[in-house]
Amino acid sequence: MVKKTAYERVQAARSTQKISTDELIHGLISDFFELHGDRSDGDDQAVIGGVGLLNDEPLTVVGIRKGSDTEENIKRHFGSPEPEGYRKALRLMKQAEKFHRPILALVNTPGAWPDVDAEYHGVGSAIAQCLQVGMQLKVPYISMIVGEGGSGGAIALACGDKVFMFEDSIYSVLSPEGYASIMWKDSSKVAQAAEELKLTPDRLLESGIIDQIIHEYRPGDDLKPLRDFLYNQFNELKNLPTDELLRQRRERYRKF
Amino acid sequence: MLQSRFKMPSREELKKRMDNIPDNIMKECPVCHATFFSMRAGKQRTCPNCGFGFRITAKRRAKFTFDSFNEIDSDITVPKQYTDEKYMAKVAKAKKVTGIKESVLTGIGTLDKMQVAAGIMDPFFVMGSLGSATGEKITRLFEKATDENLPVVMFTASGGARMQEGIHSLMQMAKVSQAVEAHNKAGLLYIVVLCDPTTGGVTASFAMQGDIILAESHALVGFAGRRVIEQTIMKQPPKNFQKAETVLQHGFIDAIVPRSDLRQVLTKLLALHQKEDANG
Repeated sequence: MVKKTAYERVQAARSTQKISTDELIHGLISDFFELHGDRSDGDDQAVIGGVGLLNDEPLTVVGIRKGSDTEENIKRHFGSPEPEGYRKALRLMKQAEKFHRPILALVNTPGAWPDVDAEYHGVGSAIAQCLQVGMQLKVPYISMIVGEGGSGGAIALACGDKVFMFEDSIYSVLSPEGYASIMWKDSSKVAQAAEELKLTPDRLLESGIIDQIIHEYRPGDDLKPLRDFLYNQFNELKNLPTDELLRQRRERYRKF
Repeated sequence: MLQSRFKMPSREELKKRMDNIPDNIMKECPVCHATFFSMRAGKQRTCPNCGFGFRITAKRRAKFTFDSFNEIDSDITVPKQYTDEKYMAKVAKAKKVTGIKESVLTGIGTLDKMQVAAGIMDPFFVMGSLGSATGEKITRLFEKATDENLPVVMFTASGGARMQEGIHSLMQMAKVSQAVEAHNKAGLLYIVVLCDPTTGGVTASFAMQGDIILAESHALVGFAGRRVIEQTIMKQPPKNFQKAETVLQHGFIDAIVPRSDLRQVLTKLLALHQKEDANG
């Protein structure tokens, strides 16, 4: 792992050069078929979901994604889901449970989209449902933080049996900018905030928040090693009886 | 020419007189702006004009809400790993003001002889924020309730995550959620009472997971902070967009209940959910 300060890690996690959620899905999953909408009132562009094969095994994948250009970023609110996005993800995860498919959740978000409509449409409730229902799904559930893992908007899809992080990714209770402004009323102390938040993969691995660090893949890289790694991880989880799977998942979060 | 007998006191004299008036003798209601003598707010601390419930400590609420209340896990407090001076000073002050050791008071209460596992968040304890120990106490409360077949009533009041505890604060959302779900799967009743203010990570977890979600009148209920939203949309959000009444209109709250009616409403709801085999 290349040595970087916490703030350099923040910058790398936000870099537009990073492999995107979409690229990961297309590189990892064959026969991917995207499924749209939350069956209630919308189809949030910041969340992608669908079914496909991981080394010939069917699975459900949901992901929070940023855009690759300004136009896409505006549609996707720079990777910040609306409540409809969380409801879509949860709908697809429940569907996965019905068809006994494991779930892969990819997370790249600065946080849920903070606007008036999101409040009106119950963003708090949507995340709460993802946590309550998502954590009890009777199928293997792996979460991967791709770039940014910001706050409640990230943990909504990061409460699986295993949580992995890419080398250049961060996971925190709020952005270092937000932390600096709340703690010191000084948003220029971002670098110090990044240190204090302990948001880098190595620090989070130490404290047991995540299970493993995944080395970076660039856009266009062959994802076979990652595919095989995930395939093996899912297989290990699949071999557990359902009760044991749920017991271990409970234990994982109970200790915090 | 008539001369007024009234002599305007000097500035100094006025200042002296002002200093003799005790603080907090009058109160202004933030909702209806009525001004009244503080004592008229009564033991439930409500506005005598519109019924708005002022923020109160968890201990006070426990006292007037339940017929009896036996606190549990009273010694659980901020883990020793946190040593930041400023943070510790805040916690020490909070303990003094609230008389509890974390931002939630948990225990077994009774209402009309019905037992209920109750959690009451304290907005005066580091803004009712969700610390690791807060999450632990709430999780234990749900676990106890599940073990003992008890309903849970949770009064939420929180500024959200506890920044000083970083990612561990975030993890409480997951930890508590699964305890709520285990209680849910056991077929037990969970009632939430949203109090002023319920925001952030608490809104995005156990505050929105109740079978029945009540709210006190005019309570602030939301996820994102007003300032953050303002910066995103580059204009002022509507005045009451995060008021309980607005959230009710959007379908996320079952009913708004003034504080003075809460005891009665909770008693009724608990009675409606009493199982035939309960109490033997």
